[in-house]
Order: sequence, then structure tokens, then C-alpha cells
Amino acid sequence: MEVTGFDTWVLSLAVFLPLVGALIVMLIPKAYETELKLVALGSSLIALVVGAYIAIQFDYGAAGELQFVVDKGWIDVINSRYIVGLDGLSLPLLLLSLVVVPLCLIYSWNHIPDPGNPKAFFVLLLILSTGMNGSFVSQDMILFFVFFEVVLLPMYFLIGVWGGEDRRYASLKFFLYTLFGSALMIISFLALFFLSKDASGQLLQTFDMRVLTDVAGVGIIKSTQVWIFAGLFMGFGIKVPMFPFHTWLPDAHTQAPTVGSVILAAVLLKLGTYGFIRIAIPFLPEGAIAWAPWIGLLAVIGIIYGALGCLAQKDMKRLIAFSSVAHMGFVMLGIATLTDFGINAAVFGMVAHGLITGMLFFVAGSIKERYHTLEIARLGGLLKSAPRMGWILGFASMASLGLPGLAGFWGEFPAILSAYNPGAGLSEEVFRVYMVIAAIGTVLAAGYLLWLYQRTAFGEPTEEFAEQKIADVNRDEWIAWMPFLIGIVLFGVWPNLIFNVTDDVVSGITASVEAIAAGN
Amino acid sequence: MEALLAFSRPALDWHALAPELTLLAFGTLITVVDIIWDDRSKQAMPTLAGIGLLATLLPVITLALDGTDRTMFGGAYVIDDFSLVLKALFLISGYVVILMSVDYIRDGDYYENEYYTLMLTSLLGMVMMSSSRDLISVFVALELLSIPAYMLAAWRKGGARSNEAGLKYYLMGVFASAVMLYGMSLVYGLAGSTAFGAIAEELGSLDSSPVAILGILFILIGFAFKVSAVPFHTWAPDTYEGAPTPVTAFLAVASKTAGMVALIQLVFVAFAGRDDVVQPFFWLIAALTMTIGNLIALRQTNIVRLLAYSGVAQGGFMLVPFAVAADAPARAVEAVVIYMAIYAFMNLGAFTVVLAVARKTRSGEIDSYGGLFQYAPGLAVAMTIFLAALAGIPPAGGWFAKFGLFRALLDAGGGWAAGLGVVVAVNTVIAFAYYARILGQMWFQPAPDGDERPVVMTGSLKAALAMTIIATMAFGILPGLVGHFGEVSVLSALGG
Repeated sequence: MEVTGFDTWVLSLAVFLPLVGALIVMLIPKAYETELKLVALGSSLIALVVGAYIAIQFDYGAAGELQFVVDKGWIDVINSRYIVGLDGLSLPLLLLSLVVVPLCLIYSWNHIPDPGNPKAFFVLLLILSTGMNGSFVSQDMILFFVFFEVVLLPMYFLIGVWGGEDRRYASLKFFLYTLFGSALMIISFLALFFLSKDASGQLLQTFDMRVLTDVAGVGIIKSTQVWIFAGLFMGFGIKVPMFPFHTWLPDAHTQAPTVGSVILAAVLLKLGTYGFIRIAIPFLPEGAIAWAPWIGLLAVIGIIYGALGCLAQKDMKRLIAFSSVAHMGFVMLGIATLTDFGINAAVFGMVAHGLITGMLFFVAGSIKERYHTLEIARLGGLLKSAPRMGWILGFASMASLGLPGLAGFWGEFPAILSAYNPGAGLSEEVFRVYMVIAAIGTVLAAGYLLWLYQRTAFGEPTEEFAEQKIADVNRDEWIAWMPFLIGIVLFGVWPNLIFNVTDDVVSGITASVEAIAAGN
Repeated sequence: MEALLAFSRPALDWHALAPELTLLAFGTLITVVDIIWDDRSKQAMPTLAGIGLLATLLPVITLALDGTDRTMFGGAYVIDDFSLVLKALFLISGYVVILMSVDYIRDGDYYENEYYTLMLTSLLGMVMMSSSRDLISVFVALELLSIPAYMLAAWRKGGARSNEAGLKYYLMGVFASAVMLYGMSLVYGLAGSTAFGAIAEELGSLDSSPVAILGILFILIGFAFKVSAVPFHTWAPDTYEGAPTPVTAFLAVASKTAGMVALIQLVFVAFAGRDDVVQPFFWLIAALTMTIGNLIALRQTNIVRLLAYSGVAQGGFMLVPFAVAADAPARAVEAVVIYMAIYAFMNLGAFTVVLAVARKTRSGEIDSYGGLFQYAPGLAVAMTIFLAALAGIPPAGGWFAKFGLFRALLDAGGGWAAGLGVVVAVNTVIAFAYYARILGQMWFQPAPDGDERPVVMTGSLKAALAMTIIATMAFGILPGLVGHFGEVSVLSALGG
């Protein structure tokens, strides 16, 4: 499909408009607080409108192909190009990212956490937005790498400046973990560059992800694929985060300001899983087949470990963070099955987890603002003191534990189901064991979420807060939360909204993996 | 008598020598002006020096446009793209250093004319170094750039630390020169020539000769002192801390680059056939330098010392491509040149911020950076960009430098190269830990004693900051800019 006129610009606009907004905000003096907030929100809203235009113009009949492709020279000396494009896999994630940022800006409008400074806060959110959007549309490995890294510093500062007590430790831990992963990732990218050959054995020397998807690792022997995959695994697995690299996540989440947590959960973690589906598996199918049982193992360990971690938490935000580890475990399990069914479920799970956990972090943030604590033992009776917020917390908890009819269900249930019959000649016995363990994980999830809800929302408010007036959900919060709530219900009752978009891409990837597996 | 007079001077290509001659002329001019007008001329000194450097850039540009390789003095002195790119790099870094020096030298009431004359002389040595292709011319260039630097390091002559800096630097430098000269004499004895090409031919055929190996190692160790590679780095932190800050920046960037330039020519041309010695040597030295430099940097509390150790570690990164000098020569040269170019700007930028902040706080302790983001957000953001670049985080420039290393390593391929790649990756992470301490101090901590007076910036510091920020960001977002220079500068001897 030839891209012409305005359509050649739309992806770049969606990516760079927030950055332009950030630059303008930087030029506005601090004293003009309203103006700079408006500019920030405006730029992210325009980007969202561009995103809506993309969603409307997107050819859903050809969701398996890249659309709105732009291919321009960038770093000629290393043969890296500015290639952006969008297919059914990128679209939901790009939209998720485009929606979340303006909502976070609205939520923070009057709630800039200590020590204030809305200007810097908004600028960082906008830079973050550019990095996230760019990662989802890049079709060149170096471009992807640059965007992937751009998100690090803003998040580091968001946690470090506006975070809780232990913020310095948490922000540094977050940064060092991810930096280590990405350093190994870039080595793997270069190995792919130097080793990839086309079908006729000609060296490709390209970073073009389209080409590398097409050749599917032909010409790289299996043992090498396993090594390169290991590098990618570190890069993406730390970001997800997979057990045993997850330890940065609870700290980062607990210390981050509310919107930092929301963005971290809703979008940043998805960069990791997206990387697996977009890069690691299609480029190195043999490596993926060799690694899949281990990824599955770490995924189910993550599910159980995350759930047990949740049961032990005394802090509400930390509990939600551990539940993230468990949920991303389901996503990774779906990916590890290398089946069409499982990877589709994983993509769905990514979006669903983004909405649901994002919502939970919002509620946690608002509770913290009102009670000045998130210690579960000190909370209670939320349904009495702030009934609307109590109901929203209940709703999000139900969605998170995978209640059918809400979005969470469609991420978890098919992922478990797909493990019954893994693809690409993977051992059925092993994956069926994983399936049983993951199923136990859902029971635990119901346990810790309902227990959390019971302790915080039911009963009477604790003595400490019995006399205090707790404000219910306010206007800014309604605006920021409504799209999340709508999305959770909408995707819950109409999952094909996402499955239809992603399936073409996913089936293309699994088909090529199956072909490689059959060839052995 | 007849025989002596019969000497005819070798044919000189005046165009090719124009950069060196211009630099020399301005250095002399500064002295002459000082003698004639004495105190009244002080104000004009930095301006004259700056103009001198910019004027020297002109013939460099015309030579680059001309594009023909010029060889003089029997191959001892060569003007090719490699040398021109590096001459330009030296001149521009020198210009930034002069911008950094203006107020420091003036406010400190130090000798001005001598300072700038010595600076230009040292730069002359560097400019010559990039063209030298012969043991003798390399040595002459090295001494020409080092001797003024010894004096510059001791410029705050009232301060004990500055004297210590100068003396330590001098003693270590002379020691290194001696070791190197001994190595050179051994190599000359074996090869019967001082020209790199001839040395390469002879040494390549002397596989089993221990003397050849000794000669090569001594020369390399001599330069390892100059580029402060571990375990020959011990002078660097004390010298850096004691020397006036602009001089520290000059040593950390220009002087180190000059050492690297000499190493490039020696390793890739003169010792081209001896990868059995060169590659393991640099593998070890690079891994040690990166790791130890970084680990010690973690414990520093003074920012200049921290930058000194970070500079040691960065030097280790630059040495990485030498470990694959024979397996992927073109990529390796490219990687070193790109690294040096990006490093020059990001490191000079960091030192500029240190200078600017010290104007207010009068302190080099990292703790004094608290609250910088509150009272000087511009400087804090600038420092963030430079530190991110040094740590190798896109979109600031440094990532492309690190990328070049990985590219050279993986182009060479094999387990040793990949292993070194992992060492680089681990060190990148360690390095961020201490850069993050500065970041954390600037962004997360309140100002010490609540002192939130703004930092007074002077015009020349602003100019230096602007230049370094623009270059650092441009190299990060459009790495093609610097990548191009890296590509053209692959030594003509390699057939690039």
C-alpha cells in the first residue's frame, strides 16, 4: 500500500507532538502555570486525535501488514533508517499509550505531588510519551532502541523527584536493572545485524525489522540463536519484569508518584512483552522454541510468587505491584506457548492489565492522598466513607482477578487454555503442568484481591479516620478514570475488538515459527 | 664544509603545513603583544587565542575540501582525512577550553599571556600528532603537547595541590616517555627504520623475537600512561583534582585524545602484523581500565575526582576497539574516532557545568550540587544531558559512541570479542550508578543551607555550554553527523 500525503506524517506526529509540546512548555516561564498545563495537555490531546485518525484510517482488512509506513534515511553509516509503521499488534498498544498520557495529565492537574513544580512534571510526562509511542511504531531496531531508552530518564526523575520516602533507592534500582537489560539487548541487535542472512545465504547487514521478520532467522545456526535470544531475553524480560528480575518493580511502583505508577503499569511494562512478540520470537524462531519452556517456567513461577507476595503485603500499592508480577506472568505464559491463541491472549492481557492495574494505581493514589497512608491495616470502610471510590476499587479488583465479562478475563483465561496445547512441537506435558499451576494462580489472585477489598472497603472506617471527612471521587478523577472504566467493560463484553485486530499479525508470526519447527 | 652547505631543505608543502604555521604564528603573536603592551593587553589575550584557533581551522577546512593526501619528510608527516578530522577535533576542543578559561584565569589573577601561549603550544603538539607517521615525529609531537601541559597543571602556583598536580604529572609523564623511548629504540634496532610502514614489515616477520615483543609492549605502556589506562592511571585523579578546572578539562579531553591518536597509528599501522601481542594486551588493559576506573569512581565525593575516574573508565571504553584491531580494523578505527569526538563534547560540557557551579558554591563536593534543579534549572538540565551522554543513554550523544564499540566487537566476532562486549555492558551499568549520584543530588536534594541564590553565568561559559549541548544532542539524534567523520577518517593505510 502506497502511503501518500498527510498519511505519511501521522505516525511521526503521534510520536513527536508530545515532544514538541514539551519543548514549548520548557520555554514558558514557571509563573504561567495554567498556560503551560494547557499546552502540555493540548499537545497530548492533539496526539490522541491523530491516534484516533490512525485508528479510523487503519485498514482492518489488512491488519497483518504494516500501514502508514515511512522509510527515510537516518544514520546511513550504520545502515539504520527512520522506519515507522503500524500493524494490528502495534495499534492497540499505541492507542493505549496515547490515551493514558492525557488522562494522567488531567489527573495531575491539581494534584502535583510534593515537591510541586508542575512544569518539570508535565515536561517529563510528555517526553515519556514520545518514547513510548515511538517504541510501538519503530520498525528499525536502532530506532526502537533509542525510543526504548528515551523512557528511562523521565521515569527515573518522576520516581526520584516526586516519589515516596525511599525514592532514590527505588529510582536507581529501576534504572540500573533496565539499563543492564538494554545494554545486552543492543549487543543482540548488533549480532542480528551481522549474522542475519537471506534465503540465498547473502549477509543482510540490516536493522530493518520488516526484513528480519521475513527471513525469520534463516542462516543463523540454532546455538547462536539461543545466545542472541538470551541477550534479548535479558533486555525485554527485565522490563516485563519476569521472575527473578522483578525485584525492581515493587520498589519502583511503591515509591513512584501515582501517575508514574499508572504509566509504568499501563505502558512501560508492555514494552518488554511487545519486544518479545515483535522482535525476539519472529527474528529468532529457533531460539524462541529452545527458550519457550524456560520462559514458561519463569512465567508460572512469577504467577505463584507474585500471588504469594501479594498475600504477604501490608501496603496496598505494593500489593498491586506484586499483582502486576503475577499478571505479567500470565502474559508471558501465553507468549511462551508460541500458539496463535496464546499470543493473542497475551496481547489482550497487555491491554487489559494496562487498563485494570492502571485503574488500581489511580485509586491507590487517591486513597493515599486522602488518608495519607496505604497501610491496609489502617484503612477500612471505604464503601462507607467514600462509596463511589469504594465501588470503583471493587470493580477494578473484580476485573483484575479475571471476572468473566470484564477485560481481565480475556487476557488470563485463553493464556491458561493455550498452555494445554502448546505450539511448535513444545512438550505438552510440561506446559500442561504450567497450565495447572497458572490455574492455581488465578485462585490465589481471587484470594488476595478479595481479601484486599474486604480489608479496605468493607466494615466501618477505622477509629483513626472515623471522624474525618473523606472526599469522594472528584471531577478530575472522574474524567481521568472514566475511559479506563469504559475500556474495561467494553473489552470485557466485546473482546473481538482487540482479537480481530491482533490476530492477523500473531498468526503470521506463529505460522513462521511452526514452519521452522516443522522443518527440524 | 662543502658537504654541510650542500644541505638542501626538503620540499615543503606550505598549504599542508598552514594549520601548524598559523597556530605557531598566533602563539608568538600573543607573546609579542604582551611584551609590547604589557598589562593593557591582558583583556585581549583570550580573544586572540580564540581567533588563533578559529583561524587555524580555515586551512584545515581548505585542505579537507582539497581532499588529496599529502606526504612530507619521507612519509613522516601525512595530511589525510584521518589527520584533518582529528586536527579539527583538537582545535574545537581547544576553543571550548579557552572559552572555559576566560573568567577562571582572569578572576584568579593568573598570568594570562603565558597561559594562552602554552595552551596554543600544547595544541600545536596535538595537531602535529595527528599527522605523524614515524617514531620520531610521534615523539616530538608528544613532548610538544606534554611539556606545556605539565606547566599548565601547576598554574595555581600558590596552591599546594596544584603544585602536586603539576609535579606528579611531570614525573609520571617523563617516566612514561623514558619507557616509551626505550621501546622505540628496541623497535628501531630491529626494524632499522623509524617509519611505521617499514616497522610493520619487519616486525611482522619476527614472530618469535622476544625483543620485538618487549619493544612493542614498552611503547604501548608508555602511551598507556598518557591515556591513563589502569594500572598506569594513578597520576590522573590527583592531577585532575589539583589542576585548574579548565586545564583538567583540557587534559581529560584533548591530551587523552592525542594519546589515543598516537595509539591508533602505532597499533593499526606500525604493529599491524602483531595482533598476537596487541590484541590480548588491549583486551586486558581495556577490561581493567573500564572496571577499575568505574569501581573507584563509585566511591568519590568530589565531583572533579569523580569525573577524573569516570574519564579513566571512558578511556577504557576507547581502548576496547584496539582489542579487535586486527580482526576488524576499519570498524575499530571508526569506533575510536567516533568515541573520541563525542567524548570530547560531553566531557567538556560536564566540566563547564562544574566550573559554572563552582563560581557560586566555591566547592567541588558532590553534596554542594543539592537543589541545583531548583535554583539553576538550566544548568541542571545541561548537566543531566552530559551525564546521560557519558552513561550512554539515548538520545544524548554517548549512546552512539558505545554503539560503535559494540559494532566493532561484533563485527570481529568470536567469543573473546563477545566477552569484552559483556564487560562493556556491565560497566555501562556501573557507570550510571555514580553519574546517578550527581543526578540525584541535583534533582532530588534540597540546596545545602537553603542557599538558593542563582548561579551567575558569564558570556563565555554560556557559549561553551551552548556549543557542547548542541554537539552532544546533535550527535545523539543524528549520529550520521559524527559517523560520517568516523567513516572517512579510517586510516588510508588501512585502505579505507
